Order: sequence, then C-alpha cells, then structure tokens
Amino acid sequence: MKQKFNIITSTCVPLPLENVDTDQIIPARFLKATTRDEKFFGDNLFRDWRYNPDGSLNKDFVLNNPTYSGEILVAGKNFGSGSSREHAAWAIAGYGFRVVVSSFFADIHKNNELNNFVLPVVVSEGFLKELFDSIYSDPKTEVEVNLPEQTITNKATGKSETFEINAYKKHCLMNGLDDIDFLVENKSKIEAFEEARK
Amino acid sequence: MANTLFDKIWDAHVVQEVKEGPTQLYIDRLYCHEVTSPQAFAGLRARGLKCFRPERIYCMPDHNTPTHDQDKPIEDPVSKAQVDALAKNAADFGLTHFGMMNKKNGIIHVVGPERGLTLPGMTIVCGDSHTSTHGAMGAIAFGIGTSEVEMVMASQCILQSRPKTMRITIDGTLGKGVTAKDVALYMMSKMTTSGATGYFVEYAGEAIRSLTMEGRLTLCNLSIEMGARGGMIAPDEVTFEYIKGREYAPKGEEWDKALAYWKTLKSDDDAVFDKEVRYDAADIQPMITYGTNPGMGMAVTAHIPTTEGMSDVEKGSFEKSMKYMGFEPGESLLGKKVDYVFLGACTNGRIEDFRAFASIVKGRKKADNIIAWLVPGSWMVDEQIREEGLDKVLEAAGFEIRQPGCSACLAMNDDKIPAGKYAVSTSNRNFEGRQGPGSRTLLASPLTAAAAAVTGVITDPRTLM
Repeated sequence: MKQKFNIITSTCVPLPLENVDTDQIIPARFLKATTRDEKFFGDNLFRDWRYNPDGSLNKDFVLNNPTYSGEILVAGKNFGSGSSREHAAWAIAGYGFRVVVSSFFADIHKNNELNNFVLPVVVSEGFLKELFDSIYSDPKTEVEVNLPEQTITNKATGKSETFEINAYKKHCLMNGLDDIDFLVENKSKIEAFEEARK
Repeated sequence: MANTLFDKIWDAHVVQEVKEGPTQLYIDRLYCHEVTSPQAFAGLRARGLKCFRPERIYCMPDHNTPTHDQDKPIEDPVSKAQVDALAKNAADFGLTHFGMMNKKNGIIHVVGPERGLTLPGMTIVCGDSHTSTHGAMGAIAFGIGTSEVEMVMASQCILQSRPKTMRITIDGTLGKGVTAKDVALYMMSKMTTSGATGYFVEYAGEAIRSLTMEGRLTLCNLSIEMGARGGMIAPDEVTFEYIKGREYAPKGEEWDKALAYWKTLKSDDDAVFDKEVRYDAADIQPMITYGTNPGMGMAVTAHIPTTEGMSDVEKGSFEKSMKYMGFEPGESLLGKKVDYVFLGACTNGRIEDFRAFASIVKGRKKADNIIAWLVPGSWMVDEQIREEGLDKVLEAAGFEIRQPGCSACLAMNDDKIPAGKYAVSTSNRNFEGRQGPGSRTLLASPLTAAAAAVTGVITDPRTLM
C-alpha cells in the first residue's frame, strides 16, 4: 500500500521548461533495472541535466540549487511527453516529489504518476506563470494542494484554482488503493464478458 | 447512431464503466518487451497472482539486444540480466516468448503485424509508447506504464478514461520523395508534440489510402509524438492483402468470418469527431528535424525558425534546444556535415524502408565521413532484404546490415551516437541524449537518411532521385 494522499503544503522546485520528456526525467540507460528501487531511480532523476558529462554536479540545474526545495515540482507545459516508461514516475516519487504542477501533461505519464501516488495537478497558463513569478521572487513560497477539495492555492498571492481528477482515482489516492485490487475483484465480470463475445 | 471506427472497437471491448471513473476495457493482446515488464512480473509474484489469460500475451526482447553476434551471450551483464529475466518470466508464467536468435524475434512493433498477431478490431497494449504503430491495421493500440502492464497481466483488462476522437484527413497525392515519415513530421511541425494529447486519431483521406501497409505503420507509430494516445487507419484491401496468409492470421472459414467483420470497421459517413484537422498532401516536402523534440521539424530545404514572437518560456526552451544541437535560429541545414546515419527502429525498420534506402544508394558509395548503422526491424525483414537482393546493393555501396533490434533509437545496447556527433536517424525521437549522452539527432525519412549517407551532408533526397 502506498502513502495515502490528502493535503500537501510545501515549497516548490521550479522547472520552467516546456516539453520535458521522459528521456530527460530518466535516461534510457537507467531502465535496465529489473527491480522497482525508487531510490535508484530518484538518484538518477534528470540525470543528464543534474550532472555534467564528467560526473560533476551541474550547479546551474535547479535540483542542485539549495535555494529551491520541496515536495512539489512546477514545470512548463507538456510535461512527461515521449516514452511511456513508468521509471520516470518512479524517479519523481523516489526523489521525494508528491505533486507535479503544470499547465499540460502528456497522457501516459499522467497515468503513471497517478499509479504511483504522485498527483499531477493541471493549472491554467496564467496560474502557472504567476506561480513561477512567486517562487522566483520568494523561494519560500508555499503551495497548498488539497485533494479532497480538488484545489491548489498559491499562498504568496492567495490565488486558488480547482483541478480535475475522476472520483474513482481520487478515492484510490486518498485510501492507498490501486487498480489491480479493483480488477482482480472483478473476475466474474471479465469472464462473463469473454463468454458473451464468443 | 453514427459511430467512428474508434467508437466501434472501444464499445465492443467495454467490460464495465466504473462509477464516476474510467472504463474497464478488455484487451485482446498484450505485447511485452524486457524493459517495461520485469517490475510487473515482480508485482504479480508479490500478490501471488498468475497471468489471467497467458495465451493473449506475447513477449520478446528488443531494446537491449546487440545488433551483432546475437548467437553469443550479451556482453553487457545488466542488459543480459534484463533479457534473461524476460525469458524466465515468460517461462514461469506460461507465456509465448520469441527470444534472441529465434526467427520470430525483432522489434515488437514490427513483429506483431508481420506475423499476423496484430489484427483489425483488436485492442492491443504494450509497455511502450510506440504501441500506437499497430493502429495502422485498424486496431485500438496504445502504450501503457508498467503498473498497467501488471493490471493487464492480472485481469486482461485495463482501466482507462475514454479519449476524445480526432480525424486527420490528408487530401491529394504525395509528391516525389515524400514518404509516410515526412507526413508525420509535417503534422507534428504543425500541431506540436502536444497537439493531439487527449485524443485518439484516425487518419483518413486520399494520401493515407494510397500508403502501403508499411507506410501506414510508420505513420501510426509516430502518433504518440503528437501526444495522441494512438492513431488508426480503417482497414481496407491493402490491410486484408497484407494480413492474408501470415502465420497467426485466421485461415479458412475463420478468415471469411473475420474478413466480414473487418469490413464493418470504418467510421460511419455521418460520424462526429471531437476534432477534425485537414492537410493538403501537396504542401508536404521531405522533412528533417532541427531541434530536440519531434515537433521541431521543417522541410529539408527550409530555414530554422527565429525566436520572434515567442514567449519567455518558449524562447528559453527553444534556445536551450539550439544550444544543444549547435544550430543557429534562421539557418539552413542543407550541406551541414553529418557523422552517423541510422536506418531502423519501429518507425522505419521495415522492408519498404530498406527498399527506399537502397534506391538512393544504388550505384553510389557511402561517404567516407559517415558511420552507418542499418538495422532491420526483425529477422523476417532481414530475410526479405536478402531475398530481394537489397543486401548486395547495400554492400556494393559500402554498407553492412546489422542484426535486428531497437538499436540506436534509444541506445540501450552498444549502438550509441557519441556526444556532439550529428546523426540523421529514421527513428522517432530527437530528445537530448536519446541516441546516447550528448548525441545530436536529426529525424528524417529513409530517403533523406540515404541521401546524407552517400553525400556526407544534409541533402534533399529529390536531387538524387
């Protein structure tokens, strides 16, 4: 069972880039693992942006900047595009992020985050821009993500938006349940479907 | 009620609608490769579950496989462990497995259609975004994550929200040197890599109908690069002719029955799509990408855009991309020196792609500055290449044919483009580091790749045709 999700209030890590693809989130050479070791994937989150080719830290990359920290990653639009690798969601979770905020997510990655109890929160372009501004003017800016109420609040400006999530998935996140529990309990329905289409 | 092709197939697979939630969809085929399946098998073991319908699951390694000496053990111990794990998992769970050196092995998205495993009207998933490829046969096929792979193994079902539908119609006839790859790169350059996110796309129109099966597979393969869940093309005579007689395709009476059903698989005349997009085939030129996502493409004869009119975030992303590629906004790529050429991948590793490549290099020589990797998508493609004598044409021009696999598309094996080097690749992604850390990828068709391979520089393939 995963960590149940309710209300998270945290400072944010800003990544104001668009089209961040899953090859950047976790490069292919780290996909050879046969276990789901989130620490391993978390340690290699954004590997080629975090480290220089010689293995030294890239001081210009936000994850290496002690000014910014928190459980919320804030990214530009079309986050998680490209490869379906769930390792990207494992890396995000393994690093310690519990929420990703963007104005747009790629479909497969969004599902992968949800299946790993990381909440993707879609906000308007305006909200996102203002949030980046708030974080840059005060890195201590906190954001509250309230899953029961489906709201996100920029505590620096007090601005709030509602976000969408279907009731089923919300229930799963809040209660630490996953889809396999649901499907396995439904076997008789699946067998009936198979019988009917013969 | 009038239905789209997508609606017809989706509705025929609904087990139930979850209250205020997703649809529980029945899956006809689950394809598994070695990279995205081990944690799903581990999950089943941890829960004490078996595969619910093992006969619907087909496994084969493709990402880690070396493209030489496949009869010997894989040198990289980590790659070897992952490939071995798939063989063991398949055996433990009673699944069909086409291992390395098995004549049925190859890239899963090449093998499925060519063996007749992928059929019209099916629902197909795989832990791989390029599963969209199979939609070309008139199926609903989409990529999923590993948790979802486990879900399908455990129940032969997936929980999925119903996507919206989009029809992209391409009218007219494609010009000389313009391939399915160029059509896809053109659409992405217009729609961006998120233009079809949330949608399932049906391709229609004269230019689509006139594509071969291989071309259709290339086009649908790239649907994910526009953000689409999948792409599909209504099956027609081209499809039926392609499937007939293939190993796992229905035979005899079963064939007649299947064919009668497949002929109903098309969007009704008055079906309504959530979005309609039209392009004119005459506007499409041979394409090439200049940036670090597949939407950053242009006609090979065009100039890279400038940052004029971009927002700050757009400009930041664009400039980062230009710096990575070593290009200047506004410049032309024609005549730029190329280091590597890669022909292959689930996008362009089929027989037609090798024919196209060979048509350009025939009677010419590989340029001295080029290292070329020609990787068939499967052993069946390799066999066809040799049957048609294309191997002789390629070898006479100084090229060698490697053994099948995903290869340099994502460089999980030894086929890595070195940092800073330029590769014209027929694969699907030009992301930073995709073909190896620091590699610089220019996506193009097999014709454009061949033109670069013989001239050593970026060249309009029409000048060599």
